[in-house]
Amino acid sequence: MNEWRYWLAENKNTLIAVALFVFMFAIYASNHPAGFTPNVVQTAANKATLLAFVAMAQSLVIITAGIDLSVGMILVLANCLASWIVVGTAIETTFGIIAVLASGAFCGAVNGLIVIFGRLQPIVTTIATGAMFYGLALFLRPFPGGSVNETVADFMTSKALGFFPMSFVALAAVVLMVWVPYSRSVIGRAAYAAGSSEHAAYMSGMPVKMAKFTAYVLSGLLSAIGGLYLTFFSYTGEAAYASGNTYTLFSIAAVVLGGVSLMGGRGSAVGAIFGALAFRTIGDLLFVFDFDPLWQPLFQGVVLLLAVSISAFGLFRVRNKLEWF
Amino acid sequence: MTSDTPVLERMMPRPLRRFDPAVVIAFCCIILLLLVGALYSSSFLSPTYLLQQLKVASFLGVIATGMMLVILLGQIDLSVPWVVTTGAMMACAAASFGPMGSALAIPFGILCGALIGLANGFATAYLRIPSMIITLATNAVAQGLMVVYTGGFSPQDSATPAMRWLATGELIPAVPNGVLVWIVVGTGAVFLFNRTTFGRSVYGIGNRERAAFLSGINTRRIVMLSFVISGALSAFGGVLLAGYASKAAQSMGDAYLLPAIAAVVLGGTHVLGGRGSYGGTVAGVILITLLQSILSVMQIEEAGRQLIFGAVIIIMLLMYGRQKAA
Repeated sequence: MNEWRYWLAENKNTLIAVALFVFMFAIYASNHPAGFTPNVVQTAANKATLLAFVAMAQSLVIITAGIDLSVGMILVLANCLASWIVVGTAIETTFGIIAVLASGAFCGAVNGLIVIFGRLQPIVTTIATGAMFYGLALFLRPFPGGSVNETVADFMTSKALGFFPMSFVALAAVVLMVWVPYSRSVIGRAAYAAGSSEHAAYMSGMPVKMAKFTAYVLSGLLSAIGGLYLTFFSYTGEAAYASGNTYTLFSIAAVVLGGVSLMGGRGSAVGAIFGALAFRTIGDLLFVFDFDPLWQPLFQGVVLLLAVSISAFGLFRVRNKLEWF
Repeated sequence: MTSDTPVLERMMPRPLRRFDPAVVIAFCCIILLLLVGALYSSSFLSPTYLLQQLKVASFLGVIATGMMLVILLGQIDLSVPWVVTTGAMMACAAASFGPMGSALAIPFGILCGALIGLANGFATAYLRIPSMIITLATNAVAQGLMVVYTGGFSPQDSATPAMRWLATGELIPAVPNGVLVWIVVGTGAVFLFNRTTFGRSVYGIGNRERAAFLSGINTRRIVMLSFVISGALSAFGGVLLAGYASKAAQSMGDAYLLPAIAAVVLGGTHVLGGRGSYGGTVAGVILITLLQSILSVMQIEEAGRQLIFGAVIIIMLLMYGRQKAA
């Protein structure tokens, strides 16, 4: 086989996610009353970017065969923190942004340390730490409020060169600065190996613990970027329990749509991003076709249900009943 | 459990060693909490307060029973929040259909929960979708259905007298009916786990599903049935809650997912399945209810309660819930 065939086989799921998004967005844009204009793209991009960051965070952990149910709460915490400290002069704002990102990474590090060295199950750990992060968020913002440096916020959500959404530029920058170096490093390869078979990876001398730790830290960092972006859109901080839960839930849906295997070891953060974009577009399709917004949660739930059921088709290939387990 | 925690076991006095260390620690923490509470206010040790706490604990107890069954299998049920709400809302909805509806309100609510459980179980057992994922998805669908049904507001229907009686009445003087319900459900669970082939199969599947399958157990049917029972019990918990509050409300179940999982896991049931006793779950439920009660009596606001709650769960799990080193 040629080299590109290997590449195709490896990235098949990501490409399907891209195709799904392009298809959905084509339906969306062609039926939108305003048509395919920069403004339509910008609005859609701004809404989707948040979820894209959280989905990317979730995918990094899922690749190591873990799960992070605290991503939504880290996002809410970062939002509340940003509404306090991303204000003032340029220097203050810069330090504020750095502090928000650092606190997100710290939250991820706490998750990672408990999972790796505490040897607790990721699911129980991250539900419990999620409660703690939400408690901190509520401590920072018992009532919705606060503000953000509006110059930065408007710049980050504007259109670059007059037509290209700035949020996509930020998304691409994060992919280039975080995902590309990570996935090509030894640690990133070890993360994939740990997801496929932790035992084999350990026996081959791969830095399994370091890889898992890095995945959780980056997950916290990316969730915090999502929270920062939420602040840029809303100009306020709010400790909303429901929205934290929703982001966690949607991040898993996006990761599944993006072709990342929930068993770990397969998929990519880029796929998760396109999964997130596709998922958001599906949700928005209802508005374009003038459905009652009340139906949106049900519609998104059904899409999520169908998305996770896709993996069941693999059962048809199973010849030996023992492979069910 | 015993092989995992030799250190803890050696620290315990001899007569206690034959018990599960997790259960012993959980009961010790309950006593400790009561003592701390008694230092704060003497009414903590009064029978009225304790019975009131048991009544509140009974709702969580019923829900945690279903969660324990699923966790024993090595699965998890994250659809609890909206199954609880669905059970409550559907029971109240049935109540508005005249006397016939009132009579069938409780079974109807439970049936709705069992149906969601059936979807969870079928997908987990036969389609082999990870339970964590499919229950999140059915939770979202249940939420969507309820939002469409109620129009996004709290429904106007109220609970039937039977539901209120079940949650707040007193069949035996001074003992709330909710506690009796929990005792009945708990006795049923103990019988199921220890005295039936179904229960033994659950433990077998939790240890190694492949081995259970090769031993001739119809593992898929048992996994599916367990999810149905879990869904039914969650919905029953919702029915009781609706009876307690005399109506159903949006997101009334949100406060029950983490406590239910925490109660089961703090009670020493292994998160990966196969090990655990119902006594531990009872201890976990009481522990968590007392903790919540004491935190609110001490007037710590919601933020502090969430923080302490999460921290306590992590710390207690670190004490005895760790997996073996690879």
